[in-house]
Amino acid sequence: MAYTRTDGRQVTDLRPMEAKAGVIPNASGSAVFIAGKTKAIVAVHGPREVYPRFLSNPKRGILRCFYTMMPFSGSGERIRPGTSRRAQEISMVMQKALEPVVDLSAFPNSTVDVFIELPQTDAGTRCAAISAACIALADAGIPMKDMISSVAMGEVDGTVMADLTYNEEAFDGVVSDIPIAMKQNTKEITLLQMDGEITKEALMEALEMAKSATDKVYEVQKKALKDRFQKESAQ
Amino acid sequence: MTSLKVENRHVVIPGELLAEGMDTLPGDNTYREDDKIYSKVLGLVSLSGRVVRITPLSGSYVPKVDDKIICRVIDIAMSGWRFNTGTAWTAMLNVKDATNRFIKREADLSQILAIDDYVVAKISKVTSQMLIDLSLREPGLQKIEGGRIIQINSQKVPRVIGKKGSMISMIKDKTGCNITVGQNGAIWINGKNENLAEKAIKTIEARSHEEGLTEKMEKFLQTEVSS
Repeated sequence: MAYTRTDGRQVTDLRPMEAKAGVIPNASGSAVFIAGKTKAIVAVHGPREVYPRFLSNPKRGILRCFYTMMPFSGSGERIRPGTSRRAQEISMVMQKALEPVVDLSAFPNSTVDVFIELPQTDAGTRCAAISAACIALADAGIPMKDMISSVAMGEVDGTVMADLTYNEEAFDGVVSDIPIAMKQNTKEITLLQMDGEITKEALMEALEMAKSATDKVYEVQKKALKDRFQKESAQ
Repeated sequence: MTSLKVENRHVVIPGELLAEGMDTLPGDNTYREDDKIYSKVLGLVSLSGRVVRITPLSGSYVPKVDDKIICRVIDIAMSGWRFNTGTAWTAMLNVKDATNRFIKREADLSQILAIDDYVVAKISKVTSQMLIDLSLREPGLQKIEGGRIIQINSQKVPRVIGKKGSMISMIKDKTGCNITVGQNGAIWINGKNENLAEKAIKTIEARSHEEGLTEKMEKFLQTEVSS
């Protein structure tokens, strides 16, 4: 028998999503992205001076990401505040996922810092963080060639599905969890990771399904950015 | 055949398709890939003739030659001063560009401009590496004394100045303050009604998208001044 999802979603359905740009007045750009019970808040600062100095690049600006989960954001034990091996890895893959679209050639010797905070999590945090970071970067006026939309795919008990929750990831059996980020216009992949095991055919099916799934994320991102300035003009 | 995918004055996001075909030309903040033109920033579409360009709605100030900016002394060097410009890059002002007076080689430069002093200066040179040279040798460029300095988003500066300076001269007129607007978003207000002038400028920053804002602000200042 095929696996039925605990929250009654179809396999291609994503969790209810919500996004808003311009939530932190002190930042150059900011955004919040909510997918089900996962919530990511992002602040972008810069372009600004690079410290430590040796990291600066005289040919273009650099992009840095800082991912942090809040102490009681997960459903399990308290997470120690500050960085960890996992947080550093996710910061690095986020940076690599966003760099292909961000154009910092006009800002030599400077940095754009992206701070991600997760007050509440239920799987798919790096995807929510990337989607939010992309809104915040656009809000900060950073030149970008395209938008990046991100969503996790997965296979639970032989069924390929989109946007897994923590419960689905914790299913007692064969599970795979595949966070994917794609450029919107070309559907080029900028992030692809995997946990668990999956067959080649199922992986290809998941990648194909990710195209329409990231489309749905993109619509939410687009609405958040357009609303930000429609709202300002209505005041 | 060209087909435009967007309308004038509409908000577009990065990567959004603006036009197809080779008849339309990509202007500022856009790029062409094959026969398609895409937006590169979050901004408003502005069409002029065959060119489509995007006016950014947000973003930090990028120094340009001939811009008048307001900046703060952060360091004193052998023959000049280093300034914080409110961007990722600092600017240099050489003694010979600062004053017409003869300054002795061993003179103490902090007697002329001390650390934390503000000046209204003009950018005389910007290199590809964003090394910035300033000059004070023009009328209106000076060290700032008295008044206050407020900071707004540099993208809103044209709105604060208005068409041919209509907005800023109206505020100066109504509040009786001297106001100098730096292109980097720093604004120097000096006069007896500084609070009102600051409030007016902050209001313009928040409502910059509205049409007929000069008239609205004139009415607002009129009631504030008479009450």
